[in-house]
Amino acid sequence: MRRRNRTRLIRTVQYGVLVAAVLAFALAADWGELRRAFFDLGVARAQFPEVVVTALVNTVVYTMIGFGFGLALGLLLALMRLSRVPPYRWLAVGYIEFFRGIPALLVFIALGFGVPLAFQVSINQYVTVMLALGLVGAAYMAETIRAGIQAVPKGQTEAARSLGMSQSRAMVSIVIPQAFRIVLPPLANELILLTKDSSLVYLLGLSMDQYELTKFGRDALNQHHSLTPILIAGLFYLALTLPLGHLVRRLEARTARAR
Amino acid sequence: MNRNENDGGGAPEDGGRRGDGGVPEHGAGTSAAIEVTGLHKSFGDLEVLKGIDITVRGGEVVCVIGPSGSGKSTLLRCVNLLEEPTSGTVRVAGFEVTDPEVDIDRVRRRIGMVFQAFNLFPHLTTLGNLTLPQRRVLGRGRAEAEEVARGNLRRVGLTDKESSYPAQLSGGQQQRVAIARALSMGPELMLFDEPTSALDPELVGDVLAVMRRLAQEGMTMLVVTHEMSFAREVADRVVFMDAGAIVEEGPPEQVVGEPQQARTRAFLARVLDPAAADVLEQEPG
Repeated sequence: MRRRNRTRLIRTVQYGVLVAAVLAFALAADWGELRRAFFDLGVARAQFPEVVVTALVNTVVYTMIGFGFGLALGLLLALMRLSRVPPYRWLAVGYIEFFRGIPALLVFIALGFGVPLAFQVSINQYVTVMLALGLVGAAYMAETIRAGIQAVPKGQTEAARSLGMSQSRAMVSIVIPQAFRIVLPPLANELILLTKDSSLVYLLGLSMDQYELTKFGRDALNQHHSLTPILIAGLFYLALTLPLGHLVRRLEARTARAR
Repeated sequence: MNRNENDGGGAPEDGGRRGDGGVPEHGAGTSAAIEVTGLHKSFGDLEVLKGIDITVRGGEVVCVIGPSGSGKSTLLRCVNLLEEPTSGTVRVAGFEVTDPEVDIDRVRRRIGMVFQAFNLFPHLTTLGNLTLPQRRVLGRGRAEAEEVARGNLRRVGLTDKESSYPAQLSGGQQQRVAIARALSMGPELMLFDEPTSALDPELVGDVLAVMRRLAQEGMTMLVVTHEMSFAREVADRVVFMDAGAIVEEGPPEQVVGEPQQARTRAFLARVLDPAAADVLEQEPG
């Protein structure tokens, strides 16, 4: 009896603190000011349709080319990591440790400004984005794919080899397709991370039609002195990442059922 | 290597070889399909095979029996080089597989292997499991591969399962698909590594029936098994192994019926006595 009373008291206090905090915020906040800063309808309307047809589309394009390049490079690194030739393993491990250990921002600066300055070359912006996002993403995806390959039971390779397939044929036809099914959830997760990392593009010198969500929002912020564009950009990121997150959970549930 | 790559292969005409009982033509020249001489295999300090000599003639069915850990499976896996022998020679289908110069992938396509754990490819349908190896290894076209595959599914009685994925099949069905997959490569001989040990008792019969029919059709078979009744009925010869060596071999009525060696008798007593067999079941394979 006394324990139940105690529990009830603690719960009442918890609710009380929450209500007090919400009330204090509601009374103290200047709602007109907040609305003007975050939900300025005029500013919001001014962002359309460019925020969709340019910014959102570019965010998706940058993410996809980065992901595509990163996936291909990640697969190559995973295979090198599992190679029987030690130097390949060392190279892969060195690459993975290096790119996992440095900030993605640094890679963007190196590729966006460092390489053009040092080598006196100009690189297509899309190539820069693809390389910068892909090089970093590949390091993470390589470890994921390697784990997936190793999670395929040894009997699968043995069955393939006993049917006369070469080591590489067994890898391509039997092991890798199964490995990708295993690592689909973590790969979709990586896609979410890359979607957000694509915002780092904002520091490159982009023309208007190359703006993605973050750069677009930052530009509109300067123009309107309102947080509304930032909020809109945030909502569009969520429109991309929340469904992906949902997909990850569904894939994970499916994998759990299949086991 | 001097052989035509396709001999002994090709589509099994459904029922074509059934009942002819003869030795298949692949044994041409020599009657030994498998010839193992002085085979030793060690895993680190553990010597698993201590000098094995065994010959399987074309069309012969040889069952290898023995307690867990006696080296039966390792012997089988040395025949198609899934395990590299430490020393000794293994000749299969006219090739010396222990010769490093031999292209093992070319020899393996002549050797069908059936595993205890089935090892079907879970990402492919039944038909895909049967056609992918034919197309990738033998270079057959889709139509030909599917025709061969369907013929072999008929042989194992699973024509209605060609679009099922392995996970949708029972263990017994999976193992029959695995047999059909091996047969689709047109092998000259078949290796069976405890093919019924992972099955529920009521599913064992279907798989053994398929194997029995294969034997009647004249397939050369080397079978590691715990199914004494199968060994007794189907085998031309039974080999009893213990502690990495062959203890006794001969016709089944002799080795299983009237074993000469004390170790064989002890093993058979344990296997055939149901109470003791329960204990045996619990030992890891």
